[in-house]
Amino acid sequence: MSGGSGSGGGGGVSGGGPSLMDSLFQRTLDDLIKGIRLHTPGAAQSTFISKSLDEIRREIKSTDLQTKSTALQKLTYLHSLHGIDMSWAAFHAVELTSSPSFAHKKTGYLAASLSFRPSTEVLLLLTNQLRKDLSSTNQHEVSLALECLAVICTPDFARDLTPDIFTLLASSKSFIRKKSIACLLMIFTQYPDAVRVCFKRLVENLESTDNAQTLAATVGVFCELASKEPRSYLPLAPEFYRILVDSRNNWVLIKVLKIFSKLAKLEPRLAKKVVEPICDHMKRSEAKSLVFECVRTIVSSFHDYEFAVKLAVSKIKELLLETDLNLKYLGLQGLLLVAPNHLWAVLENKEVIIKSLSDVDRNIRLEALKLVMSMVSDDNVIEICRVLIGYALKSDPEFCNEILTSMLSTCSRNVYEMVTDFDWYVSLLGEMARIPHCQNGEEIEYQLIDIGMRVKDVRPELVRIGRDLLIDPALLGNPSIHTILSAASWVSGEYIRFSKNPFEIMEALLQPRTNLLSPSIKAIYIHSAYKVLSFCLHSFLFPHTSTISVSNLVDEHEPGFTYSESEGDTNADLATSSKNTITRESIINLLALVLSSLTPLAETHDVEIQERVRNVLGLARLAQEEISSCDTLQKESIFAVKHSVIIRLINDALSEDLGPVSLSAQERVLIPEGLLLEEDLHKLDNICEQGLPISESFSLVKPVLTENDSVSIHPNEESSEAESSSLLSEHRKRHGLFYLPSDTTQNTSTTFPPANDPNNQIDTDVEDLVRLTEESLVLKKKSTLTRPRPVVVKLDEGDRAPIARAKAESNDDLISGAVRDVLLGNEDCNKGGKGDSEGGNASKRKSKKLKEKKQLSQSDENVETSKQKRKHKGRQRGDVAVQNSVIPDFLL
Amino acid sequence: MIRAVMVINNQGKPRLAKFYNYTPVEQQQQLIRTIYSVLCLQPENVSNFIEGGSLLGPDSRLVYKLFATLYFVFIFDSSENELAMFDLIQVYVETLEKCFSNVCELDIVLNYGKMHTILDEMIVGGQVVETNSQNIIKAVEEISKLEKVTVATKLISKSTSLLWG
Repeated sequence: MSGGSGSGGGGGVSGGGPSLMDSLFQRTLDDLIKGIRLHTPGAAQSTFISKSLDEIRREIKSTDLQTKSTALQKLTYLHSLHGIDMSWAAFHAVELTSSPSFAHKKTGYLAASLSFRPSTEVLLLLTNQLRKDLSSTNQHEVSLALECLAVICTPDFARDLTPDIFTLLASSKSFIRKKSIACLLMIFTQYPDAVRVCFKRLVENLESTDNAQTLAATVGVFCELASKEPRSYLPLAPEFYRILVDSRNNWVLIKVLKIFSKLAKLEPRLAKKVVEPICDHMKRSEAKSLVFECVRTIVSSFHDYEFAVKLAVSKIKELLLETDLNLKYLGLQGLLLVAPNHLWAVLENKEVIIKSLSDVDRNIRLEALKLVMSMVSDDNVIEICRVLIGYALKSDPEFCNEILTSMLSTCSRNVYEMVTDFDWYVSLLGEMARIPHCQNGEEIEYQLIDIGMRVKDVRPELVRIGRDLLIDPALLGNPSIHTILSAASWVSGEYIRFSKNPFEIMEALLQPRTNLLSPSIKAIYIHSAYKVLSFCLHSFLFPHTSTISVSNLVDEHEPGFTYSESEGDTNADLATSSKNTITRESIINLLALVLSSLTPLAETHDVEIQERVRNVLGLARLAQEEISSCDTLQKESIFAVKHSVIIRLINDALSEDLGPVSLSAQERVLIPEGLLLEEDLHKLDNICEQGLPISESFSLVKPVLTENDSVSIHPNEESSEAESSSLLSEHRKRHGLFYLPSDTTQNTSTTFPPANDPNNQIDTDVEDLVRLTEESLVLKKKSTLTRPRPVVVKLDEGDRAPIARAKAESNDDLISGAVRDVLLGNEDCNKGGKGDSEGGNASKRKSKKLKEKKQLSQSDENVETSKQKRKHKGRQRGDVAVQNSVIPDFLL
Repeated sequence: MIRAVMVINNQGKPRLAKFYNYTPVEQQQQLIRTIYSVLCLQPENVSNFIEGGSLLGPDSRLVYKLFATLYFVFIFDSSENELAMFDLIQVYVETLEKCFSNVCELDIVLNYGKMHTILDEMIVGGQVVETNSQNIIKAVEEISKLEKVTVATKLISKSTSLLWG
């Protein structure tokens, strides 16, 4: 019958109507598929498809059902696999479902289930046909209708067909029963009132023993229902328990375990009963899927039972040693579930975990990383991070960033509770910035600034790290870390008083390659330059007026040379008798540098940059006047004093500390009288979107939390300055570039190892990590902590926005409400359903049984298993009152 | 529940797509493309999971198996056991194997309807209803018989009507 020939398909037919020729030489689905395969994908193929589509449009109108059916078959194929629209053919699909021929009916139903959408207009035309087929004597016709209904079910279908499904739930053919049970879930979701009609029959199917698949489908439906709202299904716990003990079908058991893992969280007394049978399954079963499900249930819901957890962990260990990577992956996942409550299990397997960090399998690497992070404590965080940085350098970019992200989030958790040594941590952040693939710029930026504001003691180190980042011109070439540089420039400007060499930072901030930065970041650079300039000028003009108590001031008679030593407690490691020289000459050079590099920018189009540049230039010119006036006039001249006062005021304003700002700070501000906040400002939206570029720069609002302000000038040794400047000139000569050398060995006093030391990490990673996690297990607390943890400013409320929790769907509430009604027996049995009286009675009986069960278990303390209870079911108890409580006490 | 079953060949062409929640066909096609773009980058001999969070929405898992030129992909939520899903893929492939004896991609391409018939015997509305491939084959054979009977009678009546009508 197949036409086969390429030119077939009624080419000679005139008009739109189908003809005999169409029917005779119609392309079959096979021909269509072969045709598509013959044409190369692209234009040729889509021409072929659209040609075929034209044929289909003609053929599908045929009065011959066979022709129509074949056309619909082809159309369905094109729809499902080539994305061709077939909504226009919905009516033809409905028409075919009513064909007496099974093949046509099947074609119609397949088309409907693959293409109908809730908005399909002819949907309701299908209701009658579905009803007819659901009551067919041919089980395959019933099953066609069920399969279709399960996919396209709408509230209307569900309401109209609930009685038919209700009948099928008690069908003698398990083939039909299992499918109708599976279909029931969709009915419940679409039409929660169906629960009142069908729920008891569903419960009855829990007792079906004739076919394991029926039971599996039933338990599967309960599992789905319980996953949405478990509480309503607690009364059924005895039934599930019986299945857990009796069933030997893995599919059934897996679902029952999933149900119990939900129920256990609501009813702690369940655990005592079910832990034993679960362990039995774990020991006995050969099926990995069941064993894994047992493990998962135990470690996630019954983790208080030591023996069960031990058994589960031993099973996890077996999974970890499997060569099948899927099993290994699941083993690691299982371990991750154990980790929060039983960290020992993770530590026991640490060798496998750490080896998995370099596994070829991405999934396994990620799980291993999560597990490594779960082992981190404040004792070993430094070592683990050191090793992980090593892995990050070796890994592909994607995993490298996964590592960085998890380190950043672990270390910053709960306001950096893991970190005791902040000097180490900020240097780690600096290391991360230098990793070529680093994509975590924003988080590192946030943390650098956040730490700067929160932890006073770390500021000198922060400035040092910032300096190292700023003076490296190579970093400017990597746009993904520009945000880190912006943070570095900000801390350098804000905490410039801790810098050993402000001039160096000024040069770094103004280096030509900063042109590579985006305007918003460039603006931050310039603002930092402003702070640096202000600081230098102030230190030069007012060498003695620092607000802190400077212990030994230098002789006043050495003009231009200031020397001060900061208090030892604020920055212990930097106060190593270094001196800072701010000479008249250096200030003049500085001003020249500022003026020469910024003057061209004064005319830039970016307002943010322009404004800041003008600020700096204004200050620089002011200072120039001041200094030149020093040449001619006496220092006490009124003119000069005026300028100095301005400079001093600016510096005072800038050196006020910025603190972290609470998320709710705005709320605490009282609304001034007469200010209307509720007024409609919609109209402003458009203006804002178009006109004002959103600046990424930091808020320069004055601090909310001001600490006792102090300015400490960082003394530097003359020799070091000389050395650094000679190095600088040498370096420039060598590279012919405008960039600065980074000091390499300044911080000998710090106690931490460099986070990224290439010498000692290549081969010893695994051993290291194994060893150090071992240590942390053995040693309770390391006493080698050299420095006490510095004060970290915390705000009373959450520092970052809390995560909003999603609300459960209302439909689920309706379902569980109905279920509760049914289980409590306070509803009208046949409400809404046309179920036969026999079924209704059965339901009633069932509800009585359930009620009795509850009563019995409450009164009878000795009832141990549900089996025993089932013996009592027969007993008459007329005086049973409906209880309000839904939770059975059967386990007491 | 099982959310979707797909068969995609190693060129990215879908051979079967069945979604158990209503999904517009454009979205299906998009999803198939996205999944394929991840699958084709998977190296050999790695675990057969794809992290579904970003790809498929919350609480979604994806497992796949590669048989010759075809990826069999199952998408499901936390109500299913991952290893059981692998078993189910196995059952599906075994059943295909028995139906077509020595199944190859061409069989699957040309027997689109039968692919659905077999799948529908295993999964209804996202719930597993049959895992025994013998039972599945039995049902599928019955269905084919029903189809053939009616087609044959149709053909006869048609040809007679052509001859004499």
